[in-house]
Amino acid sequence: MLTSEPGQLPVIAVALPFVGALVISTLGRWQNLREAASFATAAALLLAILPLWPVVADGGRPGMILAEPIAGMPIALQVEPLGLLFAVVAAALWPVTILYAIGYMRGHHEKNQTRFFAFFAMAIGATLLVAFAANLFTLFLGYELLTLLTFPLVTHHGTAKARAGGMRYLGILLGTSLAFLLLAIIWTWQLSGSGDFLAGGLLAKDTDPATLTLLYLLFAFGIGKAALMPFHGWLPAAMVAPTPVSALLHAVAVVKAGVFCVLKITYYIFGLDLLQDSGASDVVAYIAGATILIAALIALRQDNLKRRLAYSTISQLSYIVLGAALATSTGMLGGGLHILAHAVAKITLFFCAGAILVAAHKSSVSELHGIGRAMPITMTAFFIGAITLIGLPPTIGLWSKWLLGSAAVESGHFVLLLVLLLSSLLNIVYLLEIPAKAFFSTAPAAAEYRQGAVKEAPLPSVIAICLTSAACLALFFFPQPFYALLAGLS
Amino acid sequence: MEFGWGAHLPILQVIVVLLAAPLAFLTRRVRAAWLIAFIASAIALWIASRLLIQVQQDGVIVYQLGGWAAPMGIGYHIDLLNAFMLVLVSAISTIALPYSLRSIENELSAHSQPLFYVYWLLCVAGLLGILATGDAFNVFVFLEISALSTYALIALGSDRGGDRRALHASLRYLLLGSIGATFIVIGIGLLYMMTGTLNMMDLAARLPAVEDTRTVHAAFAFLVIGTGLKAAMFPLHTWLPDAYTHAPSATSVLLAGTSTKVAIYVMLRFLISVFGFEFSFIGIHVELWLLPLAVLAILYGSLCAVYQMDAKRLLAYSSVAQVGYIFLAISIGSAAGIAAGLIHMFNHALMKAVLFMAIGAVVYRAGGSRLFHIAGFGRAMPWTFGALLLGGMSLVGVPFTVGFISKWYLVTSSLDTYGLALVVFVLASSLLAALYVWRLVDVAWFRPVMHERELQEAPLSMLLPMWVLVLANVYFAFDSDLTVGIAQRTAAVLLGGAP
Repeated sequence: MLTSEPGQLPVIAVALPFVGALVISTLGRWQNLREAASFATAAALLLAILPLWPVVADGGRPGMILAEPIAGMPIALQVEPLGLLFAVVAAALWPVTILYAIGYMRGHHEKNQTRFFAFFAMAIGATLLVAFAANLFTLFLGYELLTLLTFPLVTHHGTAKARAGGMRYLGILLGTSLAFLLLAIIWTWQLSGSGDFLAGGLLAKDTDPATLTLLYLLFAFGIGKAALMPFHGWLPAAMVAPTPVSALLHAVAVVKAGVFCVLKITYYIFGLDLLQDSGASDVVAYIAGATILIAALIALRQDNLKRRLAYSTISQLSYIVLGAALATSTGMLGGGLHILAHAVAKITLFFCAGAILVAAHKSSVSELHGIGRAMPITMTAFFIGAITLIGLPPTIGLWSKWLLGSAAVESGHFVLLLVLLLSSLLNIVYLLEIPAKAFFSTAPAAAEYRQGAVKEAPLPSVIAICLTSAACLALFFFPQPFYALLAGLS
Repeated sequence: MEFGWGAHLPILQVIVVLLAAPLAFLTRRVRAAWLIAFIASAIALWIASRLLIQVQQDGVIVYQLGGWAAPMGIGYHIDLLNAFMLVLVSAISTIALPYSLRSIENELSAHSQPLFYVYWLLCVAGLLGILATGDAFNVFVFLEISALSTYALIALGSDRGGDRRALHASLRYLLLGSIGATFIVIGIGLLYMMTGTLNMMDLAARLPAVEDTRTVHAAFAFLVIGTGLKAAMFPLHTWLPDAYTHAPSATSVLLAGTSTKVAIYVMLRFLISVFGFEFSFIGIHVELWLLPLAVLAILYGSLCAVYQMDAKRLLAYSSVAQVGYIFLAISIGSAAGIAAGLIHMFNHALMKAVLFMAIGAVVYRAGGSRLFHIAGFGRAMPWTFGALLLGGMSLVGVPFTVGFISKWYLVTSSLDTYGLALVVFVLASSLLAALYVWRLVDVAWFRPVMHERELQEAPLSMLLPMWVLVLANVYFAFDSDLTVGIAQRTAAVLLGGAP
């Protein structure tokens, strides 16, 4: 399976952002040149990743072994459909976020911008390492590296509040991964003698169901980045970061690395058949269902916009965990597609929240009465992002939710179908409230925005917002390439 | 084997460093003494590497001092285990010496600076001698050489600034260390009484005939406790925190990297090579003592470290805990477990040396190692801070560092013997390590500077050795063939039969 020529592409893809970070930090003095280096790295990254698509869609699994520090557990890369999907999403949204960040960081007069862009690039490199990992050990390396590299971004402001948030972030993510994930990996290693991702599952078919249930729980909770309750506290805490960080990392790269790991381990370590026969993942399915509802209810009560979006993310992530835990191929497909859907939608919403902060200096939902008049583009984009998350046509959100619902029915968990429907209703309440207030409010506070003192955010940010919201709509009509790619799984 | 000087490497290993000591004393100049120490140390490193290569190719090297055959004369006996340790000790000494130059100039008076390098050489010669010799009584002699010079190295901490606590710490170590040495010599004496030989190989051959006697059992107990005291095995660790805290920074680097490791080596040598695995583990079940003590050491050391207000003291308590990990690995009592212990010995030397070097650099600029001095140094000294951060991550066992390799082998080797319970314990205890490392990092980076001194990056002569070790911490995490490969082969040979 290890082909030589495309085998080097994933290695190049993982290395590129780190090289880029080096260039960015040396160009620190010249702002425009530095940002150009960011874009160049992102473009080169896409050029390295996209040629992998046809290869993987045809059943190829390019990859190579880099080093073997522990016998039987090499550091190795291998591209498969799920990982490629995740890598494409992260790599495609990165340049958009750079564009947005240029407007945001300059408009907001942030300090230490060079450090910011350099760590941003390295975080993408770690994300790709997670995406292309060929075994549990490499996955674990990438996972931990991602936590460490995003820490300086979370504490970017260096204030006491940022420190407290960063502490929580590091504590929960490192704590769960060292205590549960590593334990689960070692246990898997003991059971099977390796940690390789094998199509159809690594673990033996005759493994005791109780062991499997416990192991699956350890994985689900050990991957703290998937924000399964009660280990979700790091996500709202991480909202102290500058908004571009929240947008790309805490709506796309970091949290998606978490749910991606859950999908990948479900499919390649346990195997769908094994999970179906043993019912080992049912417990996690119901925990995910509970997380979906509880997080949505908490989101309802948040007035701070970014915090509301953070709880919405926790709720949405559990959709994907649910898709994995249902252990059907429809569920895997729905989960995979929801990585894409939630990524474009949530990044749009975070972009809008940041635009509102930069342009109007507002961060609470209750201050947004009538803001649609001053910032029509931003609030329209917000509306599109919101209906994507709710799962209404014509957005990509419809497809993923449809598939997840079908998977729930297929596997006979009607309660979980009900959870999904109820969650959509809650989404309507807590997300659509915002554009509704922005455009139709007659509250006296709305008068503030008629005077024209507040304008749209800086142009680069607005372009970024338009791009991602357009993607929400476009993917409704053209989801086929992603279907075709993920079809390689089943 | 070839004749000529190449055949004399085992004795040259010790004698070069030992003879360099009086030479350094005679010069009475700091720089000259330092240069002699550095050259001798570098030669020792070169000899050690040659020996390691030779042992890997040709097997055990036996060297008879003055050509006297074993039972009469003293035999040096180099196998994989001590060749590996010789490289470790001489490498740490060679890397730490360039670092110590500026640090010592700052911390000691001009009068005692040359003496520092004399003691350093004697200490290293003693350690190398303990490792190289195949004679039980010779072990005791070299143990005393290294111990006496260590007391002096620690006491020099009171040389400038009138910190008398170093004297107290040194005295305390002297009292306890002498008890430990006495126990060891009593143990050796009892063995001699029963077998009539001091050569370790002869001992190993003659002991089985008399192993059921109370005398041999008593010798075993004396030796385990004596070496345990030297190795700072809980609860015999009480000398260590004070000694590491009040000694000059460069001394702490040397001691943290080498001395406890050598003591553990001596214990391993007696447990496995002299008494034999069958006797120690299957007959007496020494692991039933080692395991609970190791667990307590880890818990006690880590918890104490969390509450320290002095960075050096924090690292010292962390050493107590880390020694616990090594004993935990040994107590598994399998080839994999002993290999894990050896791996961690090597890796812990790397990480602790980095951390003590980083704190020593802060002492150089800020004038002390209390959290008050540490506060806020990170921004003014980014390279030193980076070393502290990476060394700390290695200590916690974060992937991409040797600490992770240590933890991995410790945990996987314990699975077969103790099951998941111990795995859970080790992982949970790493969280404690994360907690105390985080305290250092948090204070160093996020707090404002609290003292009046002007902070700037440490001098290059301190940074360079520090970063060589930092890179070693990362390098051996990817290319673990040297450490893991040798450790596993050593353990296999040790348990495979007579050495």
